[in-house]
Amino acid sequence: MSDAPITLGRPLLPAAPALSARRFGPAARRFLTTGAASWIVPAALLLVWQAAAELGLLPPNVLPAPSDVLGAVWRLGASGELLDNIAVSARRAGIGFVLGGSLAFAFGLLNGLSKIGETLTDTTFQMIRNIPNLAMVPLVILWFGIEDSARIFLVALGVFFPIYINTFHGIRTADAQLVEMGRSYGMSSWELFRRVILPGALPSIFVGLRYALGIMWLTLIVAETIAANSGIGYMAMSAREFMQLDVVVLSILLYALLGKLADSTARLLERSTLQWHPAFQARRKET
Amino acid sequence: MVDDLIVRAMLEELLRPVEALESIGSEPDLPPGGVAIAIGGLTKSFGSNTVLHGIDLHVPAGQFLTVIGKSGCGKSTLLRILAGLDRPSSGEVLFDGVPAGRSEHVGRLMFQEPRLLPWARVAGNVEVGLGARRGTPGAERRALAKLAAVGLESRAADWPSVLSGGQKQRVALARALASSPHFLALDEPLGALDALTRIEMQGLVEQVWREQGFTAVLVTHDVTEAIVLGDRVVLIEDGMVRLELDVDLPRPRRRGTPEVAALEEKVLRHLFSDGGTLQRSAVPGPTK
Repeated sequence: MSDAPITLGRPLLPAAPALSARRFGPAARRFLTTGAASWIVPAALLLVWQAAAELGLLPPNVLPAPSDVLGAVWRLGASGELLDNIAVSARRAGIGFVLGGSLAFAFGLLNGLSKIGETLTDTTFQMIRNIPNLAMVPLVILWFGIEDSARIFLVALGVFFPIYINTFHGIRTADAQLVEMGRSYGMSSWELFRRVILPGALPSIFVGLRYALGIMWLTLIVAETIAANSGIGYMAMSAREFMQLDVVVLSILLYALLGKLADSTARLLERSTLQWHPAFQARRKET
Repeated sequence: MVDDLIVRAMLEELLRPVEALESIGSEPDLPPGGVAIAIGGLTKSFGSNTVLHGIDLHVPAGQFLTVIGKSGCGKSTLLRILAGLDRPSSGEVLFDGVPAGRSEHVGRLMFQEPRLLPWARVAGNVEVGLGARRGTPGAERRALAKLAAVGLESRAADWPSVLSGGQKQRVALARALASSPHFLALDEPLGALDALTRIEMQGLVEQVWREQGFTAVLVTHDVTEAIVLGDRVVLIEDGMVRLELDVDLPRPRRRGTPEVAALEEKVLRHLFSDGGTLQRSAVPGPTK
């Protein structure tokens, strides 16, 4: 008799939360694994920001409301100023990245494959690497003035090291067993490089690439705010002088968006070239 | 018995289109068959450590030789020298009377690990084995034909990472066979497989050997495997040939028959010279 309430109560208690989890779980879980879900937090932050501004918690001279920033987009977009500045900044970033990145890739390959190359150049690179590249700004301005070449040089210098180091590392850590296999099947040095060494180094090279993209924007922002007469950084600095806080905030948001865009592009490339990698196969199965 | 006949018939049915494909290939293969290998006074030392102390062996063309020995006896080193991956310290290796380095005969080595390129699909990995004919127009068709010979033609477009251990070694076998070698060196390729897959793979290795007639040298530490597959078993100890044993049994051989067991006993007695019978019970069947 005294057993009865216990045996009845036992299945009932844990059943209640299990039921609700079953009702909301799968749909929410499915949504949370889609790409759209990654924008939930940024969107929520914007909403909170807007609400705080409307309620007067954020004075407009500290942080303008998102709607004011949108107004700035409209104003600057209509005059063409916004697109011009974005184009100028993107061009600088692109040229600097291509110059620095391709040099870094070439030296990474060279030093990874040749002991002589490493002996001759690696020490120099390691020494230059330890100079913060923004410490070069005064010298670079003296060399190049405030022309575009100064900023392109700084960006190229910034992206050089992550790409160089990761390419070098990727080549050096090539699987010795696979290299031996390739040799035993009569591969020439070029074939060995193209079929065995380079594909094995790609994951590491992509790490360098994504890291370099981050440094690319960082360097450009600083270079454009210190000395420039166009570009997003210049737009922010001149807006500060006229107390146009909405434009300052817009510039910062633009950098965030452009950075995200560059990273997404690198990821897309990574996913399409590293299809063979078990890590990427697992990710594809999940989504 | 009836099952065996049906399986044979099915295999032959399956294998016919493969041979048809072979003949379509742009360049004909070198005539199939084996190469006679003569090893004379072979020594190999790494620094002060001498691994091989003057090995003399003659392997007639088309023979299946199995080399057995404890770990560290130098059997893998011998195989690597035969496959051209290491150079002997002294002595010579002749393929049909010609020094191995200058011979036109193709020798291939199947490694202990599959060593597949993870970034190439299964068919691409088999193409690697085509040697100088990689990337020629007929390459893909040849690769597919060899894949069919190991029963994996349906996995041609898969990445190696999704295959099982046994399937990976099958792909490695197809790659080793791709250029129709005259000599195939096998460095314990089945050692890492589970017991059942290993028996299956032994059957496959024997089957392709009988079809293509290459000279095979298999290094193993599985005594049963050595006796089931070998025409001759060579026992190496401390870098020297201790025992040569002809295995004169009809193929395909069955594990567990008294003849196989008797030969196994004989080899094990040589391996463990202090008596045998006691040691025999401590080493049951295929050991690693």
